Amino acid sequence: MTRFLLRRLLQAAVVLLVLAAVLYATFYLAPGDAARLACGPKCSAAQVDQIRGQMGLDDPVYVQFWHFLQDIFTGHDYSTGTGTLHCPAPCLGQSYRTGELVTDIVTQKLPATASLALGAMVLWLLIGVGTGLLSALRRGTLTERLLTGFTLVGTATPVFITGIVLLLVFCSWLQWLPFPTYVPLTDDPEQWAWNLLLPWLALALLESAKYARLTRSSMLETLAEDHIRTFRAYGVGEGAIVRRHALRGALTPVIALSALDLGMMFGGALLTETLFNVPGIGQQLVQSVQLKDLPVVVGIVLVMGLAVVVANAVADVLYAVADRRVVLT
Amino acid sequence: MTVDALTAVEAGVDATASAPALGARQLWRRLRAQRAALAGGVVIVLLVLIALGAPLLAGIEGQDTTSYHADLLDSAAGAVPRGTFGGVSGEHWLGIEPTTGRDLFARLVYGARISLFVAFGATLLQVLVGGAFGLAAGLGNRFVDGLLSRTTDVFVTMPALIFAIALIAVVPGGFPRPVLLMLVLGLLAWGGIAKIVRAQVLAHKTLDYVAASRLAGSGPWRTARRELLPALVAPVMTYAAILLPTNVVSEASLSFLGIGVKPPTASWGQMLSSANTWYQADPAYVLLPALLLFVTVLAFTVFAEGVRVALDPRAASRLRIGTGRARKDEAGDGSGDGEAVVEK
Repeated sequence: MTRFLLRRLLQAAVVLLVLAAVLYATFYLAPGDAARLACGPKCSAAQVDQIRGQMGLDDPVYVQFWHFLQDIFTGHDYSTGTGTLHCPAPCLGQSYRTGELVTDIVTQKLPATASLALGAMVLWLLIGVGTGLLSALRRGTLTERLLTGFTLVGTATPVFITGIVLLLVFCSWLQWLPFPTYVPLTDDPEQWAWNLLLPWLALALLESAKYARLTRSSMLETLAEDHIRTFRAYGVGEGAIVRRHALRGALTPVIALSALDLGMMFGGALLTETLFNVPGIGQQLVQSVQLKDLPVVVGIVLVMGLAVVVANAVADVLYAVADRRVVLT
Repeated sequence: MTVDALTAVEAGVDATASAPALGARQLWRRLRAQRAALAGGVVIVLLVLIALGAPLLAGIEGQDTTSYHADLLDSAAGAVPRGTFGGVSGEHWLGIEPTTGRDLFARLVYGARISLFVAFGATLLQVLVGGAFGLAAGLGNRFVDGLLSRTTDVFVTMPALIFAIALIAVVPGGFPRPVLLMLVLGLLAWGGIAKIVRAQVLAHKTLDYVAASRLAGSGPWRTARRELLPALVAPVMTYAAILLPTNVVSEASLSFLGIGVKPPTASWGQMLSSANTWYQADPAYVLLPALLLFVTVLAFTVFAEGVRVALDPRAASRLRIGTGRARKDEAGDGSGDGEAVVEK
């Protein structure tokens, strides 16, 4: 187990390192002068040169990349002209536009993204696992057909279409809800939930289709296994079989998949955040791309990559812990 | 290694010799047997015709994608089109855009061009790049395989959308957007194909018919072309069919975020992005591109499912046995899909 964990961590680290290198190379090769961007349009040529020296842009690219990696672990001190700005350990650089530290921007935006992701996950697990179990236990042509249709439509609909239809129905036609404006949980929990309801639904409706299908097939598979047949032969009631014995096996893949999806969403549900104006890291990424604020783009993509890679590792481990048959390599 | 090997060799040779022609006809017959897939196919053909005939269709209507029609807007009500359902009239079949008064029908049919161009172009690129990576990894030695597989892992792990956004950020503004989207999606989201091709190559590499071909004196590339490629056709086609709707959605998503196709060029995602703030004042403006996009993605998805069933030997035999049995066995297929998702 320990060996497996170590191996998995090492693998994750390699993926992140490659990601960082690819990103860095892309931005290094990109046309446009970083020093001029950082300095702003009013700078003179001499000022731009000075900034270039400060940013270390005269060094060869591998030295720059090394410094970039080094800053992540040791931090960095930026001179601001009047004094120094200390960027503590996981230092991802400084925004060209505002001079803010990228890590500060990310920590500011993370609560909104986390609220969106966690709430949506609770909803999609409730809806998806519920429908999936129901259709697995009451096997009839109607529920099966409905579920197949639901899954198909769910996978075929981009989230912004579901979102726009939800807005149209609940905010415009029925007028049950105001247009969502994000309220932090710490300010007002009730308003927080109320305003996030539509974004949660938009995400969960789509995802739940996938979960319903997975739960159903996984439950059917488990119920067909030998040990379940043995329980039946011993006269254990069907309800007890499902609750005590089948659920654990059947929900293992569901839980592993949730971990993966949660990672993806912590990586920013870009479309949902943009549509519903949720101030998370996804929306920040889109805005930074439009402003060509490269350090922020690199920083956010790295954080998103970290979320995805960690989620992948967690899913693997969960899978192994819940299902003893999985061989760890 | 006598009779068995010979049969295997014969089977292999037989497949290479006659697979393409027979395969195409068989595929068509199996696709035709599935009503939903057929309907999806018909919608796709219609969309392709609309995209190709966009100038013609807009010409018949007598409008273009960029002309402003300020006279048809109700400036007192915030530049919303006059008339019902977003200003539908004999001249503007599907109404006009608020603020600008550009013709929606013309923009929608031209939007189909962008959607399909990016979807087909990106899918082709993904198959080429992923196929090359997968083949090289499967055939190469341990070092090559390790290097290529780790690279593939990075591309499989990272959500393509986020990568695409980061890449687009560094491309100069003048670059033609649809081509850029096609390139970015094509060069980023090939990880799945690469993994499938590699697995398939590894599985077939050790089979006797491939060994026989090597013993008969063919070099590695000749073996790859003659013996392995035919075995790859079915899985690659199945996966490519799934990539098509994904690419349609990716294009629409990037354009919706405002980093893909930009106005005045029309794409469905771009139209949704502009329409986003108008859902209250002019619902028709939002619903039209949303509906088209939905129908397109649904058609591609249904068609892809049909292709999968048609190319899956187990599923195909079930098709012939009858619907009752086929439905029952879907449960097994579903679980297979689920595991594939988890293993990613």
